[in-house]
Amino acid sequence: MSTPAPRPRIRLDKKEAKAGDLIEVKALVAHIMESGQRRDKDGNVIPRKIINRFTCEVNGKLVFACDLEPAISANPYMQFKFKAQESGKVVLTWIDDDGSKIVGEETLTVS
Amino acid sequence: MMSTTRRGALVLGGAVIGGAVLGMPRTAAAKNDAEDLIKAFTGGASVAKGKVKLDLPDIAENGNTVPLAFTVDSPMTADAHVVAVLVVAEGNPRGGVATFHFTSDTGVAEASTRIRLAQTQNVVAVAKMNDGSFFSDTRQVKVTIGGCGG
Repeated sequence: MSTPAPRPRIRLDKKEAKAGDLIEVKALVAHIMESGQRRDKDGNVIPRKIINRFTCEVNGKLVFACDLEPAISANPYMQFKFKAQESGKVVLTWIDDDGSKIVGEETLTVS
Repeated sequence: MMSTTRRGALVLGGAVIGGAVLGMPRTAAAKNDAEDLIKAFTGGASVAKGKVKLDLPDIAENGNTVPLAFTVDSPMTADAHVVAVLVVAEGNPRGGVATFHFTSDTGVAEASTRIRLAQTQNVVAVAKMNDGSFFSDTRQVKVTIGGCGG
């Protein structure tokens, strides 16, 4: 487990918005998403290792979340929208099967 | 006389082998749990068609990464909003794909991601509203190269 946590790629379609505007978030993180259904050359099952939960919080308030299963492609991509209400931090969190977290952050200004 | 019995034996043998081969996928493949997942998600409530629009390609050349998007028709207010959307794949080794969670702060019930499909199959999205009603949409995707192989 020496590989460093990958840095997620996050894009908000706008970082300055009016209250009530919809903000589109596109987020991608490098992850193998090993399904636990594949076998290696010797026929042993390769253990499952996936991101099983993704959340988006704005100033600590949950606005979007997803529970992922092995049927989500490697390097999971998430696109969604949320309603801008106040300026603050948009925090995206990816939680691995092993409990480790990958966290990315953007700042949103709402006028 | 000799030849007819031999032919008979061949036909009989062929039928037995053929039957075994045909029967194999059914007995060997574990049951896909998509139906059970929907039941657990709805708690047995009835699911109506409509409101949900699932967007997937008709033909996916690579089952390893198939773009999936959905939108649910809802005002997304505190009084009326989508709580969650369950996506299942009926022809994968396991049915579960993802469960998306929304609140009235989400503003709009839509999302997109990329999924794995092992073979040509139906993908189902079921939306749970805050009033306890359920709506769904189903799309069939033809998969050229499966996405769950080793």
